[in-house]
Amino acid sequence: MSLSTMPTTSETSEARATEPQRPFALRRLGTSFAMFRNPKSITGLVILGLFALVAILGDLIAPYGPLEKDFSALKQPPSAQHWLGTTHLGEDVFSQIIYGTRGVLVVGLVAGVLATFTAVVIGVAAGYLSGWRSESLSALTNVFLVIPGLPLIIIVASQYDDPSIVLISAVIAVTGWAWGARVLRAQTMSLRNRDFVQAAKANGERLWRIIAVEMLPNLTAIIASSFVGTVTAAVLGLTTLAFIGVIPITNLNWGTILFWAQQNGAFPDFWWWYVPAGLCIAILGTALSLVNFGIDEYVNPRLRSAGERARAMRKKGLSTASGVTAVRLADKDGDDAAGTGRASSAGADGEGAARP
Amino acid sequence: MTTLDFRNVTKRYRVRGSGDMLALDDVSFSLTSGQTIALVGQSGSGKSTIAKILTQLERATSGEVLLDGEPIPHRGPGLRRYRQRVRMVFQDPFASLNPYHTIRHHLERPLRLDKVVPADQVEDEVRALLTRVRLDPDATIDRRPHELSGGQRQRVAIARALASRPELLIADEPVSMLDVSIRLGVLNLLADLQRESNLGVLYITHDLATARHFSDEIMVLHHGVVVERGPADDVILRAQHEYTRALRGASPDPDKHFADPSGRAVTRS
Amino acid sequence: MRFLLRRLAFYAFTAWAAITINFFLPRMMKGDPITAYLQKHQSEFNPEAIDSLRTLFGLDSDASLLQQYLDYWRLLFSGDLGRSFSKGLAPVTEVIASALPWTLGLVGVATILSFVIGTGVGAFIGWRRGSRADYVVPFATFFSTVPYFWMGLIVIAVFSTGLGWFPASHAYDKGSSPEWSWDFIGQVIAHGTLPALTIVFASLGGWVLGMRNMMITVLDEDYVTVAEAKGLAPQRVMTRYAARNAVLPQLSSFALALGFIVGGTLVMELVFSYPGVGKLLLDATNAKDWPLMQGLFLVITLAVLVANILADVAHAMLDPRTRMMES
Repeated sequence: MSLSTMPTTSETSEARATEPQRPFALRRLGTSFAMFRNPKSITGLVILGLFALVAILGDLIAPYGPLEKDFSALKQPPSAQHWLGTTHLGEDVFSQIIYGTRGVLVVGLVAGVLATFTAVVIGVAAGYLSGWRSESLSALTNVFLVIPGLPLIIIVASQYDDPSIVLISAVIAVTGWAWGARVLRAQTMSLRNRDFVQAAKANGERLWRIIAVEMLPNLTAIIASSFVGTVTAAVLGLTTLAFIGVIPITNLNWGTILFWAQQNGAFPDFWWWYVPAGLCIAILGTALSLVNFGIDEYVNPRLRSAGERARAMRKKGLSTASGVTAVRLADKDGDDAAGTGRASSAGADGEGAARP
Repeated sequence: MTTLDFRNVTKRYRVRGSGDMLALDDVSFSLTSGQTIALVGQSGSGKSTIAKILTQLERATSGEVLLDGEPIPHRGPGLRRYRQRVRMVFQDPFASLNPYHTIRHHLERPLRLDKVVPADQVEDEVRALLTRVRLDPDATIDRRPHELSGGQRQRVAIARALASRPELLIADEPVSMLDVSIRLGVLNLLADLQRESNLGVLYITHDLATARHFSDEIMVLHHGVVVERGPADDVILRAQHEYTRALRGASPDPDKHFADPSGRAVTRS
Repeated sequence: MRFLLRRLAFYAFTAWAAITINFFLPRMMKGDPITAYLQKHQSEFNPEAIDSLRTLFGLDSDASLLQQYLDYWRLLFSGDLGRSFSKGLAPVTEVIASALPWTLGLVGVATILSFVIGTGVGAFIGWRRGSRADYVVPFATFFSTVPYFWMGLIVIAVFSTGLGWFPASHAYDKGSSPEWSWDFIGQVIAHGTLPALTIVFASLGGWVLGMRNMMITVLDEDYVTVAEAKGLAPQRVMTRYAARNAVLPQLSSFALALGFIVGGTLVMELVFSYPGVGKLLLDATNAKDWPLMQGLFLVITLAVLVANILADVAHAMLDPRTRMMES
């Protein structure tokens, strides 16, 4: 049954053919990372890697200190000295962006880890347990899904004069775990009734072992995707909070740069001050989304095979499509050209037509 | 000599909105080591419910299950000891093996869990188990389920059930998900293993022909009630109950290949 | 029927939870700023207003927690959310009531517009998968990750300051006041265009991608193949068979994403100085106007809840099985 939904592209069959030859440990590692082995995830991971490098090596890369002022160069457009221009105090925007990367990534990572951990504990428990325990955990999840996160964060953060990074991450995590928990609960419920879990139970395996050893590995893709999702939400949340001014300026991140720009009349003339920071947020978000698309396609192979197959059909020429298309084309013969064109391309798109 | 007594067991499922569903109605039988009983019935007849109660994945609504005269404990070391002596082979080998883990993991776990052999002999025992189910240990031990064929997977599942050296084996439609061409091989393997270890086997199936071939006794289950039981040949050749006759008519009969007016025998082979 | 009762129970529970969180929120924090404020401005309050503020913020510590909780509910039912510090001690309910229509109008229209357009585009590119329509995907991805507020800033820079097509801030021209005249409605539309455009741009990508993925998954189902094989018109297969089924999960995720969308749009109101709930919340935050913040959080949560109910009703109407949305 499950085999019929597996992709039949040459890429995967090749991978499968070469797999057994590699040493065992490597193969195991390979299996764990299989969800990232596609162009989209790799592109996303490379971009994330670059940002991570910038965050780690910030002090070495940045030409100036983030708050180093040069009063002879105020609000300068990009130049050889200042690649992304300067602020109203003569600070180097490029250096601020580099230093700001660290703040964004640290909060994103910490919040992502905290939220994912909560999501796994609550989601898997709600999925594995039954009766009122499961119901109440799922009710809790739903409540947190409905409660709008950002206003809550704003209110909580505004209570503190100088909220620490950990506090900010924790509050973002508290409002961001529910989505992952919901997905994990559904997946765990479907795993719980699989025969291999029943078999482990009938063998007398302990509950925690069934969850940790038999079930969790099969949830890695979902957990990874929920982690990436919460990191994205955390980055957006953090930069938004910084832009509003709820987060103290001592925590430098891209949102802080936009806050300063907004406060000091950078809009709309001094584009070099506000465009790069926003672009960085969007690029980081896109990279995270790309990683998630890769995982989505790994979990739901239809998403990947659909485009590939359709393209392959088109390359060969539409006539290779199966009888479904042929019949319809014959039917549509009298129609106008546009109608026929749509019918044929739809036929090539149709999975049914592509199936042997 | 081990005897499992299934005594006056009734199982009701509570179905939301539409009252209760009676899955088993006062079912009794006993299984002793060395004996093979076939439990025959169509889907929904309650066969799998019996398997689940025997493995204690579910509990009977009333009645009791006794192993050597002792009721099965519902928890704790007693239940574990029971589960070690009574093992089950699941129907679908594509679902009953964890796709993430290697064959080694699947066979090691019961060995370690029930401390069947000392830790340093686990590897040898795993290989011995694979050899027993006629698989090449070197070629299979580090594979994952998806790298094996359906028949190979079911052999692994059988090896897993045998790992704890059980006395009784419940085989829940062990070949129904396999290609017709390899069914016989797996059934023959089960029969051989049964003789080698003097196992008691409860062979759950919907196929009267294999039931007759592989078991000493046949029980026919219909809507949760045992409608007919007795020595295999008696049940097949001198079926008393209408349902048994209907079942027999629906299964391929080697003696009248093309004579069957319904034509079903021809299409099934 | 069972389904309906279950959903009703869920909404009742969520509403209760939101209100209870709102009760505990100020109690978990230091109540000092309120006390300090009250002492400073005691003469400006009447005794009744002080009483309700004490109840809302848990300052009447001589009463038991349960008593405080009951008092709090009594206040809510009488529509008393306290007095706003920053708005001349006007009742919080009145302050919110004046801002809520702007947000409901703007965010409501823009979000529904974005959902409808995004779902339509997603259904189309999912249907034409593997064709040139796929080039939409990277753009949708990029736009779905742009923060609302930054998108707002860019939109202002381009369409307002740069091209001068639309006003950049406020909900209507300075000097005019709300009235039912064509002139005023024209102003509202002109001022609302850019913020609405921002919401549509920033949230469109998510709907496009979600619908595309659902479409592709649904198109693989046998009933779609059968419909195609029957020789039905492709458009009919796309809309009646594939899109109709793909839109159900899309609606579910719409309901779930509402909280997130509302968060984003609130901040965007700040960028456009739009006189809605979001700007009010941020103003209240900056002014440390605790009663207003608390009231706003409650109202926003309940609004999201109501939107959830509406999405649920739409879902139930489209889904013949209706049992679908298992909570």
